[in-house]
Amino acid sequence: MIRYGMVIDTQLCIGCGDCVVACKTENKLPAGLNRDWVVEATRGRYPDLTTEFRSERCNHCSHATCVHTCPTGASHLWKDTNIVLVDPGKCTGCKACIAACPYDARLIMTPDGYIDKCTFCHHRVEKGEDPACVSSCPTHCMHFGILDEPSSAVSRLLASRQQKVLLDETGNQPNVYYLI
Amino acid sequence: MLEELLVTVRSNPKIDPSLGIWSWEIPAYLFMGGLTAGIMLFASLMVLLARDEEFPFVARKLPIWAPIVLSVGMLFLFLDLSHKLYVWRFYTSFQPSSPMSWGSWILLLVYPVSILLAACTLRQGYPWLGRLVDRFAIGKGIVDFSCRHRATVAQWGLVLAVFLGFYTGILLSAFSARPFWNTGFLAPLFLVSGMSAAAALVLLGTRNEHERHTFTRIDIVLITIKLALIALLLVNLATGSGVQIEASQMVFGGEFAIPFWVFFIIPGVMLPLILEYWELKGRRRAWMFISPVLALYGGYMLRHLTVDLGQTSSYLNYVNAFDPALLDLLR
Amino acid sequence: MKRREFLKLSAILGAGTAAPGFLTGCSPPPLPGTGAVETSPTVCNICFWRCAGTVYQENGEPWKVVGNPEDLHSMGRLCTRGTGGLGSYLDPDRLRQPMLRVERNGRQTFQPVSWDEALDFIAERMRGIAEQHGEDRLCLFSHGVGGSHFRKLLASFGSRGYAQPSFAQCRGPRDVGFALTFGEGVGSPDRTDMEHSRCIVLIGSHLGENLHNGQVQTWIQALEKQATVITVDPRFSVAAGKSKHWLPIRPGTDMALLLAWMHVLINEGLYDADYIARYATGFEQLAAHVQPFSPEWAFLETGISAAKIRETAREMAHHAPASLVHPGRHVTWYGDDTQRSRAIAILNALLGSWGRKGGFYNQEKVDLPDYPTPEAPKPRSDWQAVVQKDFPLAPSGITNAIIDASIGPDAFFKGWFVYGTNLPFTIPDSARNLEAAAQSLDLFVVIDTMPAEITGYADVVLPECTYLERIDPIRNSPERNPSLAVSMPAFEPRHETKPAWWMAKQLAERLDLGRYFPWDDYAEVVDWQLQQVGSSLEEMQRLGVKNFPRTTPMYFTPGQSVEFFTESGKIELYSAMLAGFGQDPMPVYTRPERPEPGYFHLNYGRAPAHTFGRTINNPQLFELMPENAVWVNPLVANELGLNSGDYVRLKNQDGVISNRVRVRVTERIRPDSVYIVHGFGHTDARQRLAAGRGADDNGLMTRILVDPIMGGTGMRGNFVTLISEEYTA
Ligand code: SF4
Ligand code: SF4
Ligand code: SF4
Repeated sequence: MIRYGMVIDTQLCIGCGDCVVACKTENKLPAGLNRDWVVEATRGRYPDLTTEFRSERCNHCSHATCVHTCPTGASHLWKDTNIVLVDPGKCTGCKACIAACPYDARLIMTPDGYIDKCTFCHHRVEKGEDPACVSSCPTHCMHFGILDEPSSAVSRLLASRQQKVLLDETGNQPNVYYLI
Repeated sequence: MLEELLVTVRSNPKIDPSLGIWSWEIPAYLFMGGLTAGIMLFASLMVLLARDEEFPFVARKLPIWAPIVLSVGMLFLFLDLSHKLYVWRFYTSFQPSSPMSWGSWILLLVYPVSILLAACTLRQGYPWLGRLVDRFAIGKGIVDFSCRHRATVAQWGLVLAVFLGFYTGILLSAFSARPFWNTGFLAPLFLVSGMSAAAALVLLGTRNEHERHTFTRIDIVLITIKLALIALLLVNLATGSGVQIEASQMVFGGEFAIPFWVFFIIPGVMLPLILEYWELKGRRRAWMFISPVLALYGGYMLRHLTVDLGQTSSYLNYVNAFDPALLDLLR
Repeated sequence: MKRREFLKLSAILGAGTAAPGFLTGCSPPPLPGTGAVETSPTVCNICFWRCAGTVYQENGEPWKVVGNPEDLHSMGRLCTRGTGGLGSYLDPDRLRQPMLRVERNGRQTFQPVSWDEALDFIAERMRGIAEQHGEDRLCLFSHGVGGSHFRKLLASFGSRGYAQPSFAQCRGPRDVGFALTFGEGVGSPDRTDMEHSRCIVLIGSHLGENLHNGQVQTWIQALEKQATVITVDPRFSVAAGKSKHWLPIRPGTDMALLLAWMHVLINEGLYDADYIARYATGFEQLAAHVQPFSPEWAFLETGISAAKIRETAREMAHHAPASLVHPGRHVTWYGDDTQRSRAIAILNALLGSWGRKGGFYNQEKVDLPDYPTPEAPKPRSDWQAVVQKDFPLAPSGITNAIIDASIGPDAFFKGWFVYGTNLPFTIPDSARNLEAAAQSLDLFVVIDTMPAEITGYADVVLPECTYLERIDPIRNSPERNPSLAVSMPAFEPRHETKPAWWMAKQLAERLDLGRYFPWDDYAEVVDWQLQQVGSSLEEMQRLGVKNFPRTTPMYFTPGQSVEFFTESGKIELYSAMLAGFGQDPMPVYTRPERPEPGYFHLNYGRAPAHTFGRTINNPQLFELMPENAVWVNPLVANELGLNSGDYVRLKNQDGVISNRVRVRVTERIRPDSVYIVHGFGHTDARQRLAAGRGADDNGLMTRILVDPIMGGTGMRGNFVTLISEEYTA
């Protein structure tokens, strides 16, 4: 299995939201729906403060609870990868996968009603391109690639920098990493 | 101090600002499922223990309600689907890791068994219906078949009822992502609650004093167990991980406190318990039909609140920096 | 779309007809980019940075705009707003046709008219003004690239009146301050060499929140290379969050800090003595001047400890000359802004960063000839000498001075063209004066893509098409690498909108000035210019961007003798010119006013999702940030009983009350200040998304601290208090 992942440098991210707009236009999402979003986390008390910006989306978990929960197989892995996709033709809209995702990364496509989510832009990955969000980021703080390949940019970054994932405790084994 | 803010507005319908994918349909479906399980359980037991005569209502009149209640429940499930035309997709694959997939296949087994369980009771329980059914060759065939294999059907019925009752709880407790649901006490609680609801149905329907008396006692036991399970569930959460502790706190303060205590525990659990206890003491009044109605209400509220609490409890604590409702202007 | 309709229909007709569709499984929505894709080059015009990009259409539908990888100016990436550029094209609230103010039943309204009617009206009024008052009495306010067409039109008519709010409301003081010191301004794009800086000092700069694309990227590159960032800001800005040192300064005391830094650099001998000796004059006077301004003195003013002031000064010196004290951009704050910018310039001179790697580099652009047209007539008067006589050092038009000179029967200006700038939301406390000017003027033309508050004053509103529907003048920005970028129309203009060049040419013809616009289509001009530098429209249609080699060095070479464009030919630490005009030759500190109890400094800034108020209604950007929020420190929030999400109104020291705005309780702001993002609180109901969302900071600025040197409007002397507002959804 090929494990794709993102490595996002919170030290460089400025929370501009370009990744969000890029995702929406690239993937032609209807107004008011989001596959990615940006969180600003401020810790401390004035004047001893730190802020961290995180561009968040589906983590394409190695233990994808959403896929496990799907009763029809509509939520599935793309080819032999960890990229989690939804097949609208199999989706009943039971929304179990939404409840199963601790990151609230899934959404209901309106008005159709099937479940939608970040696809890691597999239509671009297939062509050897980076996902739209990654390739729009003006700070170049997002990186995409194969995690198990030691020579990939993402692996090298993970090897050289301190990092974290979100909600490690859920056991979902997310594949979006944040450099801190 | 930690301030975690969504600086790009997130307003995915039914997911933001907090999860609200399931409103009354799924709780109603879970309630109907639990009720079906309870009905089948009692009905099967009557057959297996050969207590037909002693409990005429349970043995003859109750079973037909199983497929009816189940059908209504499944209608509610269908109503909840947001991609309805694809409902048949439940039955084009079996996903062993998905409780919902298990559930849909279990339902497919429960259905015929519940019908068979009821079929044999029709002629005695609902003579006019029995006559009607007998007029059709298939109907008569089914009824005869079910009476021939009554014991086998009842065995199946018992097993499937337990499965179904548990399943209504497991469906939720399998969601590790939702702290309030993620506890082992939900499945037995829902099973017991389903049985209690079925007992309440019996109390509403029966005219037989012995049956009423016995089922009042049964229900008192069930409600007591239910109460204990609720307490255990809360204790279990309160001693769990950080997010689970937070989840358990929701019923002690905040927006869920009043619904939980004032609209559920008191009228839906405590009051029926007290009323039924009085009844047992022989203080029967004309208005005693209230206690089973309250018990049924409590059965639904349990699911409704559980579904709501689970959806509200979360690992994430993000708030929108800006009013997400403004995005409705775009839709 | 088709598929959706089909599903709806099948739901009605029942399973029979639906069966073929759903039994086979619905065909998933096609993956993006699998249809017929067309591209065309563009130059983003959502802000003035003008990044080059590519517009994509799929199956004839607008799809996306992405950066042009060849564009060094934007390093191949658009910012948030540029990525959301399609929203400006798709916005359903755009201006659709020309409109004329008419009187109907005693009430004034706008009536949609034909282009001929609108243009005839304007031409006739222009003639009238010329006959009655002279042809030099017209003025153009402009923000945006298409303004150049109107500038040319007015020049050929005989009027040179011209102002951009980006001068007197924004970066004027720094350009004047730097010009007084180094003989040149900072320019736009800014000539900061941040990607090579080892130490960057940001003073009230909203870098990161202010998404000036190339600049943000070079700053990020510096961060990536572990450069030290020192941020001076009353607010824990995004930049502060990425800084080694955050100096949460008491608002308005920046000058004290700057003087103290000079004091340390000079007294500890940390300045670049060789550089100063070679290039600067007035060091002796400066050294004497800063003696009283010790870090201990500055601590009392700024609240920044003396140790911190020394530490940061030493750190700057340590990295010099790759130490950049950033000049900022919007710097019209307290009225002493030119002097503060002078102080920043002087600090840079002491660090030796001007003309040095990691400091300020020398910009270069392509030598692009203008399309040959007859020389414009010499104007009959020097309007600046009349209108801006109080500010002889102002090199550009001062919007507020021009407005003042347009009020009353004897006013100098009689006609206005307002191109792409929403003056009431741009110039503080201008509503009353704009109203008065509108009463006096014989002609008031607004050219814009969106209805905005300014259109309410106009006689005529001309709807322009967006940058995605027109060809614009070639982008030839002074930069590290000379380059040209061309914007081709990706779409036909929607509704009855037209490009600015067309309007200007049409007017010119009506005024017998057609010889100044001797072409049919502006594309001919672009093509001709490109041909002169060895390219062509055809080539640029393919490339979008063309880079040219540099021909001059980017930095001073060691020991190079440099002639600065100042009076003395040197860097002027002491400005004889300022002294000559009766101003302080060296910066001095004046203590700012403090708010009354219960009032807070009103600070304001930018958000990366929006270009001022211009993009709030852009549906793609509205979605990202639909309103602003007022930042309040938790101590204050506690005292006032406010929670995040509550609505309040802001009331300023003169009793002006804002629209309601959500509270954000955050540690990221000093307890003596509040902060809102500028550009919200639109009142024009025709912007259906933006109207009534959030609060407008501009309206609360009724106390304006005018810069005596360049006439800018200092905006940070205003105080507000918070009034609770019951939430009514
Ligand atoms: S585009 Fe990049 S810098 Fe901007 S919010 Fe997204 S990840 Fe952060
Ligand atoms: S983040 Fe959520 S949707 Fe994505 S793979 Fe993990 S569980 Fe599934
Ligand atoms: S990978 Fe693609 S789908 Fe996922 S957030 Fe980025 S742009 Fe959106």
